[in-house]
Amino acid sequence: MFNLSSALASLNGLAAGLFLLSSFGLVATRQMRGCLRFFSLQSIFLVMSAALLAFALRAPDLVAVAVLDLAIKPILIPWLLRRTVREEIFRRREIDQVLNIPSSLLLSLVLTLVAYFLTALLPAAAGDVASINLPVGLAGLLLGAYTLAVRREAVPQLIGLFGIENGALFAGIAIAPTLPLVAEMAFPFDMLIIALVIGILTRITHERLGTTGVGAFTSLREGAGK
Amino acid sequence: MNLFVILGLPLLAALISWFSRGRRVAPAATLVACAIALFLASAAALQVAAGGPAIAIPNWVELDGLGALILLLVAAVATTAALFSWGYIAGERSDRRLRRYYANYNLFVFAMLLVPVLVEPALVWTAVELTTVLAVYLVAFDNTHEAVEAAWKYSVLTIMGGAIALLGFLVLFCATRFGDAPFTWAGLLTLAPRVSPPVLETAFVLILVGFGATAGLVPLHTWLPDAHSQAPSPICALLSGVKTTVALYVILRLVPVLNASGRIDVDRWAILAGLISAGVAAFLILQVTDYKRLFALSTVEHMGIILTAAGLGGAAAHYGAVYQLLNHALTKSFCFLAAGTVLLAVDTHQIASVRGLIRTSPAAGVALLLGGLAISGAPPLAVFLSEFSIFRAGIAQHHYIATGLLAAFVVLAFFGILYHLNRMVFGCPEPARAGALPVKLPTTCTLALALAAIPVVIFGMYIPPPLHALLQMAAAGLSR
Repeated sequence: MFNLSSALASLNGLAAGLFLLSSFGLVATRQMRGCLRFFSLQSIFLVMSAALLAFALRAPDLVAVAVLDLAIKPILIPWLLRRTVREEIFRRREIDQVLNIPSSLLLSLVLTLVAYFLTALLPAAAGDVASINLPVGLAGLLLGAYTLAVRREAVPQLIGLFGIENGALFAGIAIAPTLPLVAEMAFPFDMLIIALVIGILTRITHERLGTTGVGAFTSLREGAGK
Repeated sequence: MNLFVILGLPLLAALISWFSRGRRVAPAATLVACAIALFLASAAALQVAAGGPAIAIPNWVELDGLGALILLLVAAVATTAALFSWGYIAGERSDRRLRRYYANYNLFVFAMLLVPVLVEPALVWTAVELTTVLAVYLVAFDNTHEAVEAAWKYSVLTIMGGAIALLGFLVLFCATRFGDAPFTWAGLLTLAPRVSPPVLETAFVLILVGFGATAGLVPLHTWLPDAHSQAPSPICALLSGVKTTVALYVILRLVPVLNASGRIDVDRWAILAGLISAGVAAFLILQVTDYKRLFALSTVEHMGIILTAAGLGGAAAHYGAVYQLLNHALTKSFCFLAAGTVLLAVDTHQIASVRGLIRTSPAAGVALLLGGLAISGAPPLAVFLSEFSIFRAGIAQHHYIATGLLAAFVVLAFFGILYHLNRMVFGCPEPARAGALPVKLPTTCTLALALAAIPVVIFGMYIPPPLHALLQMAAAGLSR
């Protein structure tokens, strides 16, 4: 619905491409710190796309959102996580996961294709911003959900959750750029609270069980008696 | 103005609880704040029922019939659960943990009160997310392996659902491009006929899946029996009684919007999702071994019943849906308080290790029996009446298959629940417990049970006229 000048459109395309690449990074990395770094990168590309849109639409609201996102997601959330979760967890390499990385990447490729086909069905995907942001955002969402499903550690699962939310927002800035400022501001703060709460929960898990391998959580099941 | 006071009270109580000293201040502040909020919410609901919608900030903070009903339910359940908490949590030794419990309790209640008074969907999303996140620490409160595991599963699944719903709300926002109405529930209703149907349908499905996870709809219900069995019982009463209801309320808000569009068969979606939840839960109830899981699964079943009723269409079915919403919230919170007293009396979650409760601990036994009868829909209690009105409305609307299936699931769950509870309440006590004196229950717990039992028993036979008017307004809110 919103059309940009060709220079801005290709810059936005670049941001979208890099966003998608960092989503793949989330799936592919084997280190705790790498996971966090890819999340920061992904958030920066989200901010870049939001800023380009703000410039193109002359929307001061979106500028405020971009600045707030830039402060909270790539900077404040990683800092908060490192504060609440013990440092030794972040030194871990070789995160446990259900499927190995090459097959994960293949599946991610399939998910990305699925995202493109799904958005083709939506009339909201018209206009050159939405036609880039919507499929890429949806792909980011699906890849985040995939990360959540295959990882067996607390922190990478949390990053997967954020990946889902970033994907939703990446699509969202294209289809709903005129959302009221109050609502837009609420989203990054919401992520901040989620990071805080799950960070603390991770610490409790670690203190209580001596591990953050949440993949081994199987004591609560239907019919499982103590 | 009242609305701001209602929202401010739990925040104030949270501050007091956090900074207070001693063991009495925090529970007292919480109870008083919840009770005043209940009083003010009743006043606001009366005003709404009399025909004057309460508007605090136009297009942002407003209260209509459906919202007032939810606000009232949240305040009512929060009050009895706060009273119950007083005696239930008193065993906690650390003062700091006690104060944290109450601070968090109040924040959780605040977030739930926020959902029905906001009318801007994007902010409603934020409020529902807040209810999810603020309950995490409360679910993990017992700090056992199982509690931490339950809290983890709960937070991951529901936050993931929240993110999916977020995309749904952003798609929903596209509707405002088709006309110049504000982005509110009422504004969406006026816009709906002009909006291209796929936009609304995509938004609805995303929100149904996303908030379906928070409301406990199958297939994303798996966290619910875990969290609702491991959290402290007063928290279970809040989670099962009103938190799931609040998430379902947001889905119900969209049903009239899609119906107003005129080109989408939203009823089919609602009936399908509702019947699947009710059916799966009814079969799961048959094989539970933990009585708190039993009640938790019954919540999944009731969410399904309410959603199905909303999809059956017609004023009578919509009245049945909101009536069921009211009865379920009150009855289920009573059931979890009863389960809490049983837990205090026998100190086990297992159905198989409890026998002859009526002799070893009469109060807990009677409460559990009443709760079981009430929630499974035995006449003349409240849930029976609302379920019956849903069936009648379904037949009147010629939805024979859906109504028949729903009735079958309800009957199945009825036998499942009573089969398990019957063995717990009656029968011979185990020899080890037979000689023991009945456990003395804390006074506040008994009092909370008695208070919570009043509406469960009375609403099956008599509904006060203002409440009836409110229910009709809420039902009209679903029908437009």
